[in-house]
Amino acid sequence: MPKVTFIDLDGASHECDVANGLSVMEGAIAGGVPGILAICGGSCACSTCHAYVDDAWASVVGGPNEIEDATLDLANDRQAHSRLTCQITMKPEFDGLVIRVAKND
Amino acid sequence: MTRHVIVGAGQAGLQVVEALRRDGYDDELVLVGAETWLPYQRPPLSKKFLQGETTAERLLFRPQDFYVKQRVDTRLGVAASALDTAAHRLTLSDGSTVDYDGLVLTTGARVRRLTMPGADDERVCYLRGLDDAARLKARLESAERVVILGAGFIGLEVAAVARKAGRQVTVVEAQSRVLQRVVAPTVSSFFEALHRGHGVELRLDARLARLEPTPEALAVVLDDGSVLAADLLLVGIGVEPEVAVAEAAGIHCAGGIVVDEFARTSAPDVLAAGDCTCHRNLRYPAPHRIESVQNAVDQGKVAAATLLGKLDGYAAVPWFWSDQYDVKLHMVGLSGGHDSLITRGVPEAGAFSVFYRAGERVIAVDSINRPAEHMAARKLIAAGGRCDPDRLADTAVDLKTILDS
Repeated sequence: MPKVTFIDLDGASHECDVANGLSVMEGAIAGGVPGILAICGGSCACSTCHAYVDDAWASVVGGPNEIEDATLDLANDRQAHSRLTCQITMKPEFDGLVIRVAKND
Repeated sequence: MTRHVIVGAGQAGLQVVEALRRDGYDDELVLVGAETWLPYQRPPLSKKFLQGETTAERLLFRPQDFYVKQRVDTRLGVAASALDTAAHRLTLSDGSTVDYDGLVLTTGARVRRLTMPGADDERVCYLRGLDDAARLKARLESAERVVILGAGFIGLEVAAVARKAGRQVTVVEAQSRVLQRVVAPTVSSFFEALHRGHGVELRLDARLARLEPTPEALAVVLDDGSVLAADLLLVGIGVEPEVAVAEAAGIHCAGGIVVDEFARTSAPDVLAAGDCTCHRNLRYPAPHRIESVQNAVDQGKVAAATLLGKLDGYAAVPWFWSDQYDVKLHMVGLSGGHDSLITRGVPEAGAFSVFYRAGERVIAVDSINRPAEHMAARKLIAAGGRCDPDRLADTAVDLKTILDS
C-alpha cells in the first residue's frame, strides 16, 4: 500500500496509507491528519486542503492545472510547491511522498 | 458539563461540530441525523457519484473514527420530532429525549414532490440525498429515455450525466430560459446551446400537465398536449426548507427558520444554519435563503462562534459552482437588483464572465471556464465591488489587477 507522510503545523509526522486512485486529501482525512480541512469535499472550490510538496518531490508530483492554480490564489501563504491535495491523485510513483500541511484555518 | 445538540447531520451540522471542537469546546456534543449516513458531500451526487466515479464511503466528510475521537455522540437514522424551547428539551423520533444548553438546527431542505396521479410510479426519481442518488443511478443504468423536470442546477447536471451516458434526454422547464432564477440571459443562452449541442432536447415554457404510467413507458404529458415517453423522470423543481419542528415549537419561520447575523432564532439558545435558514447577512439589506456549500459552511462557523460566546456577524460573500460536461460555472455574489451587465470575453468561445452591476458596484459575477476570474471576482466583491467598468470588459487587462483600479 503506497504511503504519504504529512507533516502537520506542529512539525509532527503522520505516515498514512493512500491507495492508488484516491486523492492525497482523502488519505489525509482518512488518516486523521490535523489541518487538512477539505471543506468543499475535494471539488477544487475552496483552498482548505492546501499543502506544500516537499522540495525533493516537487518535480515528481508536478504543478497544478488551470483550475487548481486559480483556486490556489485563495490559499493562505501560497509558495512555490503549493498544491491542493484534493487534486493530487495517488499513483505508484508517489509512494513515499512527503508533504507539509499549510495553515488552512 | 455543558451539552450542545446539533440537529441535522449534513454539511452545516458537521461544520458546527468541527468549529466547536477546534475552538476548544470540550464538553458534550450530540449530532442527530435523520439519514443513516454520517455527514457526506452532496455536490458529487449529481456528478461523480452518478457517473460511478466515486463511492458512498468516499463522500463522507470524515471517517467514523473522527466522531469517536472528537467525542461526538452521533444519533443517526433518528429525526427530531418535537422541541420544547422553554424546557430546553428535544424529543427524537425513537421516543428518546435530549436536554440541551445550546441547540443548532441544521435540518437542511427537502425536495418538492409531485402529488398528481402517477407520481408514485417507480420511474419517478428525486435527487437530494445519497439514497436518492443510489436509486437514480440504478434506474439510469437501464433507462434509455430520460425526462427531466426542471432546468435548474440539479436538472442540468443530471442531464449532462445522462447524455454523456448516451441516454436520450429531454429537459422540461416551465420558465422561458434555463437557470432563469439565478443568471442573466447571456448565461442561460450559453447553457441552452451547450446542452442542445450535446443532443439534449430542451422544452422551455413547458409545464407538466399529467402523468400516464403504462408498462412500456411513463407518459409525461405536457401542457401543450405533447407526450414524452420516459423510462425515468427526474423531478428537479426545487426544495423547501425543513422547518416543521422549529415551526411547531413556535420559532419564527418565514421562507426558512429566521435567524439574525449571529445564527440566532427567535427562541433562546436555539440557533440555525445552512439550507434551512432565512438568514441575515450583513452585506445585504434583507434576509434570504441560500442553498449552497459555502453558506452551510460559513453559517455553521457563525453558529459555533455564537455558542461559544463570540458574536461574529455573518458577512461572507456567497459563492457557488456547477459542473456540466466540460464546463465549470462559478458564481459569486447575488445578482438580484442589478441594473447593468458587462460581459468579458466571448460566450461562443466557451469561456467568459458576466459582471452584474448595481450602479457603480459589481454585485455578482458568473464565470464560465474562467476560474481565475472567479477568484479575482470574490476579492473584488468582498472589497465592495467598485472598479473601472472598462477594465472589466478588456480581456487584455489581467483581472487580478482590477482591485487597483
